[in-house]
Amino acid sequence: MSELRGILVEQVDRLIGDGGGVALLRTVEVGSWPATLWAGLEQQGLNLALVPEKAGGVGLSWGDAAALWQVLGRHGAPAPIAETMLAAALLSAAGIEVPGGPLGLGRDDVPFGRHAAHLVILHGAQVALHAPGEAAPHINIGREPRDALTPGAHIAAGMLPNSFGPRAALLGFALIRAALIAGALEHVLALAVDWANTRKQFGRTIGKFQAIQQQLAAMAGEVAAVSVAVSQAARAVDAHGLAGAAFEIGCAKIVAGEAATLGAATAHQVFAAIGITEDHELHHFTRRLWAWREEGGTERAWAAEIGRAALARGGANLWPDLTARDVQGAD
Amino acid sequence: MRFDLPDAPPRAEDLRRELRAFLAEAGRDWTPEIRARSWMGFDRDFSRAVGARGWIGMTWPTIYGGSESSGLERIVVLEEMLAAGAPVGAHWIGDRQSGPLILRLGTEEQRTRILPGIAHGELAFCIGLSEPDAGSDLANLRTKCERVPNGWKLNGRKIWTTFAHKSDYMIALVRTSPAPEGGSRHAGLSQFLVDLRLSGISIRPIRDLAGEDSFNEVTFDDVLLREDDLLGTEGAGWAQATSELAFERSGPDRYLSSYPALASGIDALNAMPAPGAEVTIGRMVARLNTLRGMSLSVGGMLERGESPAVEAALVKDAGNVFEQALPEHIRNLIDPADSPEELRRMLAGLAQLAPTFSLRGGTREILRGIIARDLGLR
Repeated sequence: MSELRGILVEQVDRLIGDGGGVALLRTVEVGSWPATLWAGLEQQGLNLALVPEKAGGVGLSWGDAAALWQVLGRHGAPAPIAETMLAAALLSAAGIEVPGGPLGLGRDDVPFGRHAAHLVILHGAQVALHAPGEAAPHINIGREPRDALTPGAHIAAGMLPNSFGPRAALLGFALIRAALIAGALEHVLALAVDWANTRKQFGRTIGKFQAIQQQLAAMAGEVAAVSVAVSQAARAVDAHGLAGAAFEIGCAKIVAGEAATLGAATAHQVFAAIGITEDHELHHFTRRLWAWREEGGTERAWAAEIGRAALARGGANLWPDLTARDVQGAD
Repeated sequence: MRFDLPDAPPRAEDLRRELRAFLAEAGRDWTPEIRARSWMGFDRDFSRAVGARGWIGMTWPTIYGGSESSGLERIVVLEEMLAAGAPVGAHWIGDRQSGPLILRLGTEEQRTRILPGIAHGELAFCIGLSEPDAGSDLANLRTKCERVPNGWKLNGRKIWTTFAHKSDYMIALVRTSPAPEGGSRHAGLSQFLVDLRLSGISIRPIRDLAGEDSFNEVTFDDVLLREDDLLGTEGAGWAQATSELAFERSGPDRYLSSYPALASGIDALNAMPAPGAEVTIGRMVARLNTLRGMSLSVGGMLERGESPAVEAALVKDAGNVFEQALPEHIRNLIDPADSPEELRRMLAGLAQLAPTFSLRGGTREILRGIIARDLGLR
């Protein structure tokens, strides 16, 4: 990790951590807007993190952004900053000036859509900025706002460059969800390890039992795998653009979805009854893991796309196609 | 735990092209059984041909037969060999761990005597670790080496030693002094470079479940070793033997052992479509790509001189899960009765070999124990 990325990650970790922890997740789940946290995030310029410096943004790489999203996931993503970063990047790439405030992207299942200050709608490579219109409130099983929006007045329009391709919003969402899952899993693993080292049965902490150790070690493998898959995907976006990174983004979402399934199950097994109580922190994360694996394309959907392509290319091309995607270093 | 993705080395694409041309020619007559055996296939002629191209010991100094290439270039070679299902067993151990150990700890005499032979694909190595009462609990080993005038005397028994009957040398971990009372059993162990032609050594192949002679029991009966057959420092054997584990456990041989069945399976599925095949194939490809990223990350960290021992254990564990599941996924998509002959034979070979994937080089349980310790559970 570069030094800059390390500093950023630490800053954002502290900012969101100070925002209220699991208490904040509880208020978000009953429909409150995390106004203080949002103001702090915007004050740091994070909404403009993926907007190039020459367009008035911070000019972070996608690799940096994905690292921040992972931190956000560790805290359960209590505000739509990742989605706003993505929407701002798309607006700016289409030559549209980015307004302040939370941005909604798309019409259906828009994260925190009822709170959006503006709405960004994509039709293929066409980008339109709208005033917020009507919002029909919905929630996912994480009890996060996922609203259906009817756009308000049309404000501006533009076209994305070719490197974004015709489904930039989906690809961006998928990468965001994979990164959030990576972070949430890190937190869930830490909670489970801490519990295993605290809870005593048969006269010793349950973490001393090999059965528990082996399960948590297997989960740690999955947590590491998601993190690597997300890094590969973000790096591919930096190297080849969003459209050119569809393969790596799909891989990341598949591995993230599979890891979310195993990680949530393992953590609940380790925590046993206490972990499924309303008062416990765990379910705020496991419900989000189950929700996020469905958003931005399921494992099944991405696997079908990648598998179809692999079958069409034939067995002899599989390995050369994988290695041809390597990001080349400088000579 | 940390994984940092490295950049591909600058001449990787050229190197891959050379390797693919070479392997296409060399592999014309490889049977499905040979491809299924992957790095458990032993073919001295092939290893000599690989050595002649400069693809063994390639990170070593030129005076020892290497070309001072980067560790990441070496990984390019390993990846292409494994993806093709090449029978690399005769040089695999020498290139992966025996050679690097001799380079790092050996005397100048040992280096000049041994390393060029490995690099040319002439010298095959086996690893003398497990004993009848020392498997996962390796520090329980009993084979011992005593000082005698002008050298050492070796007595004891090693078992499950892969390719001992076909190898030229063994690097053996043995006890040279008793473990201190109440102290660490890791003390008092030393490594020796054992010429397997010496008198007093008997090698008994143990037939495996596939009917192959792949591993052995090796008995040492008053075997006289020279003073300079000691490798590294007397008493430091445990640290020496475990220092190379990150190299041993993180390479592409820990997730690509059954790769040829994925490529063949894809072709078979194109001839005989199966409902839902694309989803299963897509999941496997995603895992393959991710494991490759993890393995390369450890490779990059090793290249920078770091010691990612836990990360390597994790790559091996996750990789073994993948390479064991792969043939079963293919088998579930295409009924073996309908399967093309080539694929059927490959899957049959893999079914018999796959149990070893999560045994060799540290069992799944040992690896997960290492990860659990890193998590703070032990």
